[in-house]
Amino acid sequence: MDQILVQTLHGLVNGMVLAMVASGLTLIFGIMDIVNFAHGDLLMLGAFVGASVLGVTGNYWLALLAAAVVIALLGALLQVTTLRPLIGRDPLTTILATFGVSLVIQKYALWQWGPSVRRISEPVRGDFTMFHVQYPWYRIATAILAGLILAGLWLFLKYGKYGIWIRATTQDRVMAQAMGIPVPLVYTAVFAIGSAMAAASGVLFGPFAGVTQTMGFDFTLRAFIVVVVGGMGNLGGSILASIFVSLLEAYAAIVVSPAQAVIVSFVVLVLTMLFRPTGLFVPTPK
Amino acid sequence: MTATPAARPRPPAVGYWIGFAVVGALLVVAPLVLPPFWQRFATEILIWGLLAMSSDILIGYTGMVSFGHSAFFGLGMYGAAAALLTVKPPSLGLALFYGLVAAGVAAVFVAYFATRLRDIYFAISTLVFSQIFYVIIFTWTEVTGGENGLTFRQPSLSILGFWSDRFTPTTLHWFVLAVVLVSYLLVRRITQSPFGMVLQSIRENEPRTRAIGYHVERYKIVAVMLSGLFAGLAGVLYAIQNKFAAPDFVFFVVSGEVVIFNVMGGMGTLVGPFAGAAFFLLLREGLSRFLTEYYLIPLGIIFVIMIIFLPQGLLGFLRRRLND
Repeated sequence: MDQILVQTLHGLVNGMVLAMVASGLTLIFGIMDIVNFAHGDLLMLGAFVGASVLGVTGNYWLALLAAAVVIALLGALLQVTTLRPLIGRDPLTTILATFGVSLVIQKYALWQWGPSVRRISEPVRGDFTMFHVQYPWYRIATAILAGLILAGLWLFLKYGKYGIWIRATTQDRVMAQAMGIPVPLVYTAVFAIGSAMAAASGVLFGPFAGVTQTMGFDFTLRAFIVVVVGGMGNLGGSILASIFVSLLEAYAAIVVSPAQAVIVSFVVLVLTMLFRPTGLFVPTPK
Repeated sequence: MTATPAARPRPPAVGYWIGFAVVGALLVVAPLVLPPFWQRFATEILIWGLLAMSSDILIGYTGMVSFGHSAFFGLGMYGAAAALLTVKPPSLGLALFYGLVAAGVAAVFVAYFATRLRDIYFAISTLVFSQIFYVIIFTWTEVTGGENGLTFRQPSLSILGFWSDRFTPTTLHWFVLAVVLVSYLLVRRITQSPFGMVLQSIRENEPRTRAIGYHVERYKIVAVMLSGLFAGLAGVLYAIQNKFAAPDFVFFVVSGEVVIFNVMGGMGTLVGPFAGAAFFLLLREGLSRFLTEYYLIPLGIIFVIMIIFLPQGLLGFLRRRLND
């Protein structure tokens, strides 16, 4: 019983972090048709930047902010140099290009920070007890923070002037251009926002398991799964899907080893693509 | 779709066959003149080229990008390992048979699900399937050796039981070369057959192919199966060359490299993937001399630049002539 409670909490917390990662990915896909293979590696790089800033200043919140800003700038640079020339080509070429970028980022991190695991110490300490179960406060704080950031993103997209530009571009890029929206600039900004979301979730996730240069691929794959299960380009759907998949994985980890529990989410993905390719958490298209 | 090309008389592809003979002869002579290191290197290029060519059936001819070829390659390796470890004395023929069966069964399984999806969804689903195989192989330690993989003895080279001898690097190279050349001619014949024409028309316009009356899904399943079989063949050859099977070769990085070989060499040419593999492996060798494991930084940048400025790849300009 206790184990189920702990796994439920784990699933919810991991789901919120994953939702942040996936929201960046789905934003980028929904607007630019770019399948960003380097998303997890931007997360990893963000976590490393955060760990370094934390090491120098000792301030966790500063590290979070710095990582988001640095990776957002890097994302904008990447978009302008590698992805902008590919606009209008087959979306598959963007997978290849971002795959190349992901290799470069991984090896750069290895070169810069070495192969050892970096620890990010949590800013909120202590455990709390509920039904005889000890659970660290930091994980709860992470889930709440991730929820707040996602809510902020949603509000920005819904009511902010630039958010409306972004949504207009998603719906009809030609019309948006005709209405005077600088579409290329919107593309770059969206890629930067997505990268910043990835970096921030990297810093949030850092205290859970430490930071290594190989953590990126795992996140890329999970984010893909969640984005497809939730419906490509659908923000709310991918948040629900993140929590759903993470909970399933957490429960599966009670029975089998965590390494094998990953298969559960693979199976969910395959079933979703076969029987409901538009996504589990979106209204049925007419 | 098949009627149109038949209407125009086919020009005799003399230049093509001369080129084929010259390259073939060079590859036959290669192990006799190269120092041992480069000799082994040439064999490896042929094996990786075969793997990349198998994926070209999908990428270049059917228009489906597979990110899961490491699974077929790896299952070929583990299939060969199973034959070499369980049957005494180790037999080359059985290794090939087991490897091909393992890869073929996996390919049918993956194809059944993945071919219902298109474009990036196909790519993601093949990636996910290959990761399923990777997780199973990685965690099922009793059978697959887990992280350490399996090591075994090299089988002896025998042809239909008439004659048997131990592999030397030179005979291994010739054996691999023979398998690769036969596979190449076979795949080339397949892509030029009516079946191959249907695949190419799926690449050009899937709805129209369907409208003409071809059962697109069946053609796709067969294409993935063929591709998986040749990938498995490459896996068997690699296992025989290196005497081990390891989960690293089932990991998706191998699939990514296969796609890189295709893009660098030129998709839809069958020869391009070999050129891409050679180009990539030579660059890696040269760069890792002074950059050690960081060779991927410049290599990744070169790859991205090639995608942007040279989408046809190194041999893309020969595409028409290579397919005639």
